[in-house]
Amino acid sequence: MAANDEAADIQALAHRGFSSLAGACYLLLRIGNPALAKPWLRTLDIASLAQARAKRLPQVCQIAFTAAGLRVLGAEVTPEAGFDPQFIDGIAGDANRSHRLGDEGANAPANWYWGVGEQEPHILLLLLAADTAIDGLAQATRSAAQAAGCTVISSNNSTTTTPIGREPFGFVDGVSQPDCDWAGTLTPGGARDRDYRNLLAMGELLLGYPNEYGFIGDYPRDHELGRNGSYLVYRQLAQDVTGFWQWLARQAGDGATALAERMVGRELDGAPLPGLKPAKIMGTTDSRNAFQFAQDPDGHVCPIGAHIRRVNPRSGDDPNGRHGFLRDLISTVGFSGTAMHDAVASVRFHRLLRRGRPYGPVISPQAAMQGARGAQETGLHFVCLNANLARQFEFVQGAWAASAKFAGLAAQQDPLLGNRLPLAAAQPTDAFVYADAAGCPRAIAGLPQFVTVRGGAYLFLPGLRGLARVLRDGGADGDGAAGAAE
Amino acid sequence: MAGQSHIFIAAPVRTGAADALADLLETMNAGPGTADPANALLPFGSIPTIHVARFVILDDPSLPDRQQIAPQLPATEPLRLAFIADCDGTADQLLSTLVQLASPGLRRIFSYCSDFDAQADLLAWLHAHRIVSAASYTNWPGRTMTQVREEARLHAALRQTRLAHPDASPEQLRGILLTAAQSVALSPLPVPTFAEKVAQTGDFLLLPLYALLLSPFLIPALPFLILLLRWRETHDPVLAPVPSIARNKLLSSIEDQDVTNQYSAIGSLKPGLFRRWLTVTILWIINWAGRHLYKTGRLGRVNTIHFASWTFLDDKRRLFFGSNYDGSREAYNDDFINKVAFGLNVSFSNGLGYPQTNWLIFDGARHEQDFKRYLFHHQIPTQVWYKAMPGLTTYDFARNTRIRQGLKANLTGSALKAWIAEI
Repeated sequence: MAANDEAADIQALAHRGFSSLAGACYLLLRIGNPALAKPWLRTLDIASLAQARAKRLPQVCQIAFTAAGLRVLGAEVTPEAGFDPQFIDGIAGDANRSHRLGDEGANAPANWYWGVGEQEPHILLLLLAADTAIDGLAQATRSAAQAAGCTVISSNNSTTTTPIGREPFGFVDGVSQPDCDWAGTLTPGGARDRDYRNLLAMGELLLGYPNEYGFIGDYPRDHELGRNGSYLVYRQLAQDVTGFWQWLARQAGDGATALAERMVGRELDGAPLPGLKPAKIMGTTDSRNAFQFAQDPDGHVCPIGAHIRRVNPRSGDDPNGRHGFLRDLISTVGFSGTAMHDAVASVRFHRLLRRGRPYGPVISPQAAMQGARGAQETGLHFVCLNANLARQFEFVQGAWAASAKFAGLAAQQDPLLGNRLPLAAAQPTDAFVYADAAGCPRAIAGLPQFVTVRGGAYLFLPGLRGLARVLRDGGADGDGAAGAAE
Repeated sequence: MAGQSHIFIAAPVRTGAADALADLLETMNAGPGTADPANALLPFGSIPTIHVARFVILDDPSLPDRQQIAPQLPATEPLRLAFIADCDGTADQLLSTLVQLASPGLRRIFSYCSDFDAQADLLAWLHAHRIVSAASYTNWPGRTMTQVREEARLHAALRQTRLAHPDASPEQLRGILLTAAQSVALSPLPVPTFAEKVAQTGDFLLLPLYALLLSPFLIPALPFLILLLRWRETHDPVLAPVPSIARNKLLSSIEDQDVTNQYSAIGSLKPGLFRRWLTVTILWIINWAGRHLYKTGRLGRVNTIHFASWTFLDDKRRLFFGSNYDGSREAYNDDFINKVAFGLNVSFSNGLGYPQTNWLIFDGARHEQDFKRYLFHHQIPTQVWYKAMPGLTTYDFARNTRIRQGLKANLTGSALKAWIAEI
């Protein structure tokens, strides 16, 4: 069944960023008394995709739960019940996971503002409204939450001064988003997948639909609790805007912006780096997105280690592409191409739908270079949706962004996100390698850490029927008379 | 030519001694699952020819599967301790070195084995417990630890030089780098002799020769074999249980300490002669292909495996698979599924409970969730793992070799820039 037909059951966030609502509040709650919390939570007006499609909503509330939150509400949160094991573990639940995600050193969960121990949230309420209305909505919701026995862990307002769609370093953000097969017409598999495409099977975003492998992955099937749900990753990322631009100015002087653009892999205004040829890509209409890296395999134009090339390397299942049965076969068995140009493939299994927004005062690059600092912290509420945390978010964050060995490189983490901690045998991770305007290879070592993780959680964003199931009295699993509450 | 050897020694553990053995092995580690190169029992770091090595207790969590879906197989098998290593030179040389260097430690370790005799000759005992693996894969046959170490030093020296001259033009930098390279000693690389080349060619011809010799029997039997395969494929039960979070924590606690990880897995073959001989044939071909087709860093399209091996146990009722790969487990699994699902299917689909294949190469591992669960179901913790060059991947090794080759070449223009870019 096409997801479009179930829009009334899907939280709007799955297909809407609501950029017209400039105000946002990320309200993190802990439930004190489920019997008190449930009736209040049931009164919340959680916007469905169908509602968002039907009319322009003046305000929006979306809801997601951590594993701890679902447990408090009485759900059985186990792998056997169909929940993602990484979700059950939690983003900070395991030292090995933290290591892979780069959440070590200054990023370590022990240093987070929220996310672990008593600061582990149960619920995320994402409130969106006009600039002028968000504070009132947030205040009213906080009061109601407290009246229902919930503790407010964090109530992060997104900035109201940065234009939506620009991240604090000053770059246009959110340009590249996967498109999902809402109409239910895509059948993955076959030679077409050798080429990069931006259209994904619905099961990469929502639970209960076939994924890019053509199978429906496990999800909580009891009473279809998980259907039309998704896993939401929320990370609060502090960005050292001043440190970033001052470092660039020291490194490159007048070339600071050009160097920053190479580190990001886009120009400040979001345009692809000049020199990348436009390409026709399935599932893309935005010209800023209609390009690939296949014509730039060695990173002469866009460095291989650039941020956007790491988080979406834009490769199909085979970097050699599609050239007829025989050549495809030769390539498939590994007799054509090189390891260096085949380090990263099949991005269709590793895409994220991002819904992040910046926070904190805006500091322009010019002001930052002169040392201007905001009165409060600046950063990004990174929010993304995916159906398989291990294969999507953790893969992108761990194997691509945090890894100093991404794509066969050495000593380079994501130039923006890296924690710069050395590897085994003191192998460095703090370099950035690129080609300058004259095409000369350049290497910089000693990149400082520009982004620090302040909090994080894995959450389950249920479908609306699933939500009703979670919030019914008597627990999500039972079949008691309380089921009438649905 | 100085090739690499794979060595696999296994002996049954005395009943009830496995926990004490695991405790002893743990004393060899510097970090979780990671060997201290200077540990008192077997100081791996003192043996310069070893690339990777491990001690692993082959405690098969999937044995109960047999009662469930293959009751004709015996319910139990011996619990073994295995020592597995990949080294330069011959296995005999490595065993002699081990005995010379670490007899007391090895005796202590193997004293937990039921047939170990403290009075016996250790070298002879090790030889007697050697199992020749059915197939082994080496990322880059012929690349010795000497070469790896020297080229890593070369890269480190050149990188430092490059970083110290950030504004130099490629031509200026070339001279500076060549001067810096002179301070790094590089032993000449071994060149294969004529006799070795002849032997290599002869070995290569084995596959076509066998194929030719067997074709009078195989071709008429083929329709029957295909029918048999199709019937089996559609009837063999799949067993891919939901992973336990606790066991996952146990396994992952010893992973990702380095950029490279160890992987150990054990399982039963599907019962019957058909699967048994199919596995023997496939592993023979994999072993042959590793020697002749996949010699320069790529096994199919997978570029991240340092060493891998497939070893039969218990009269070919069980198979052990071990590998040393770059990246984390999940990424490794994904890379495998997306790049060489066909290879996984041919090499593992004879395993009891493997996700359903079609025509031997299709589907199978493409059932991503079942496949990952199947792998997880068979993965076992590696108690001690040693890698001679922590922090470096197969890509690093290959790049360092290219950098060295660039010292000799006459580089200008874009070739010069490409060479510098790699440093």
